[in-house]
Amino acid sequence: MTAATGVYHTTYQGDLALRNTRSEYVRLGLAALVLVVIPFVASPFWLTVANQIGIAAIGAIGLNILVGYTGQISLGQGGFLAVGAYTSGLLVANFGLPFPLAMLAAVLVTAAVGTFFGLPALRLKGLYLAIATLASQFVIIWVVRNWDAVTGGTGALVVPPSELFGVRFRGDFTWYWLIVGFGVLATLAATNLFRSGLGRTFIAIRDHDIAAEVVGVDPLRYKLLSFAVSSGFVGLAGALTAHYTMIVTWERFTLDVSILYLAMIIVGGLGSVSGSIYGAIFMIVLPAAIQQMGTALRSVVPAFSRELPAIQTAVFGLVIILFLVFEPRGIARIWQRIKDYVRLWPFRY
Amino acid sequence: MDQFVQLTVTGLANGAILALAALGFALIYKATGVINFAQGEFMLVGAYVIFAAMVTYSLHWTVAVAIALVVAILLGVGVERLILRPLVGQPIISVIMVTIGLALFLRSAVQIIFGTQPQRFPEFIPRGTVNILGATVPQNRLWGIGLAAVALGAFTLFFQHSRDGVAMRAVADDQQAALTVGISVRRVFAMSWALAGVTAVIGGMLVANLIGVSGGIVSFGLLVFPVVILGGLDSIPGAMLGGAIIGLLITYTGAYLGGGLQSVIPYVILVFILMVKPYGLFGQVRIERV
Repeated sequence: MTAATGVYHTTYQGDLALRNTRSEYVRLGLAALVLVVIPFVASPFWLTVANQIGIAAIGAIGLNILVGYTGQISLGQGGFLAVGAYTSGLLVANFGLPFPLAMLAAVLVTAAVGTFFGLPALRLKGLYLAIATLASQFVIIWVVRNWDAVTGGTGALVVPPSELFGVRFRGDFTWYWLIVGFGVLATLAATNLFRSGLGRTFIAIRDHDIAAEVVGVDPLRYKLLSFAVSSGFVGLAGALTAHYTMIVTWERFTLDVSILYLAMIIVGGLGSVSGSIYGAIFMIVLPAAIQQMGTALRSVVPAFSRELPAIQTAVFGLVIILFLVFEPRGIARIWQRIKDYVRLWPFRY
Repeated sequence: MDQFVQLTVTGLANGAILALAALGFALIYKATGVINFAQGEFMLVGAYVIFAAMVTYSLHWTVAVAIALVVAILLGVGVERLILRPLVGQPIISVIMVTIGLALFLRSAVQIIFGTQPQRFPEFIPRGTVNILGATVPQNRLWGIGLAAVALGAFTLFFQHSRDGVAMRAVADDQQAALTVGISVRRVFAMSWALAGVTAVIGGMLVANLIGVSGGIVSFGLLVFPVVILGGLDSIPGAMLGGAIIGLLITYTGAYLGGGLQSVIPYVILVFILMVKPYGLFGQVRIERV
């Protein structure tokens, strides 16, 4: 039996291709099949979960561009999601803009706001940057809560149903296709980004900022660009949330949300586009599964369903700790190891 | 004038609690380079252990505090050994996230055990009032300020004069050099987490007496960041002064400006300090130009 020791590229075309081996195409086909089948077989509860996963995956990809690929820590994800959601929601609710245009505007506005709050990154790194973005989270949410005239303050912003050319997008089933479509686009965009010069520049800054500057990268410019690109994805996720749920409140964008997204990319795998998706699936399914378990066990262990939110948070915290201690490179790395194991079986190396 | 004096005392009392939390934070950051997002949760655990010992087991408050100190020290050392040591050499985001995970876990564990309702705490710090400059000031706040000042003073002396304190400063300064002269860096790491636990218990005890025990205690944990950034991340006098300034500021803004502004002002100041003087008032300046 001949087992290849790795995947070798013998042509430039092969080197540039996103997928090389037959098994990669088979897996892609399987994933596509699963995506198509889900809405027909999932119960309403799990279809909602699937939609949440789709939106979270876009946001997580965005955050991973900034944190995983460029190495700039951001605790302001919740705030940026809020900017996207409110921009898009307000444009549709107050100005009657068609929702795709509003979403585009949301992407641009969030990118601009993200760049602004990325300015501290020009002087700060690591811990200091984390704390500065923590401040941006608090400032954005404070503005949302107190700018009554525009955002409706602590009340809720009701977004009218999304319509385009007389077609109404309503219900989980319809939105599923829209969200999956955007999710696939975002995944492709991010994957291709890191085959381009811009993406490689981001990685260079993460790996060694001084060395990057020496080879001619302007770190200031590219750090801000990374904030902009990342926030653009996050703005899209925020806008999708606004139109999908048709109601926007500030409580959805607190610091806990920032932490949730960071947990997604850590559990999924820092610096990996597919990892962001695995992380989003894991971190959204986990609380939903615990909730289902709580409902199922209501009569057996009443305390379980009574303490459900606390148990969800405890498990969430524990998962973060365990992943970081035992597999800091996340599910993407575990998946890679499984693939290697199968490919090389029965040999260990 | 009356109101001003009252607000000043309240602000300083809050500042004292903040300073204790910031001290615990600075201790860990200084010696181990770890950013502990769970400092507020350590205070929460401290307050609830005292509460449980006094109410559920009806022990005297001195015994309760002693038990809380033991629990906090064990917790601190355990966290260092089991969670942070495996993460040595990992990127900073991992270290930040692991302490956030720890914070969430501790917070919800306390919630599962003690419930979400705020509890009446059997206060043991005298409650009466005294007159200062014509204003009526609750006595317990003054006790709180005094206690925090004593604790902070004791820590300063510890760092300046005790053998362990000097060892901790040496490790903070240069780990390899400290190892070379025979200091056990592991011991110092464990000790700084244990001491952070001790400050958290003192802080938690003050919060419990002044405000009561509830999940809200953790909000002091997040306010640590404006405090330490203002004072300088690795500076103990900075933690004290920063705590006092932020505590006063929150109280004054809440009373004179209102509108929820007090919840955002500390962070606005934080960003301002980061832009202008990133190493704070007393922090060690490390210049790196990229």
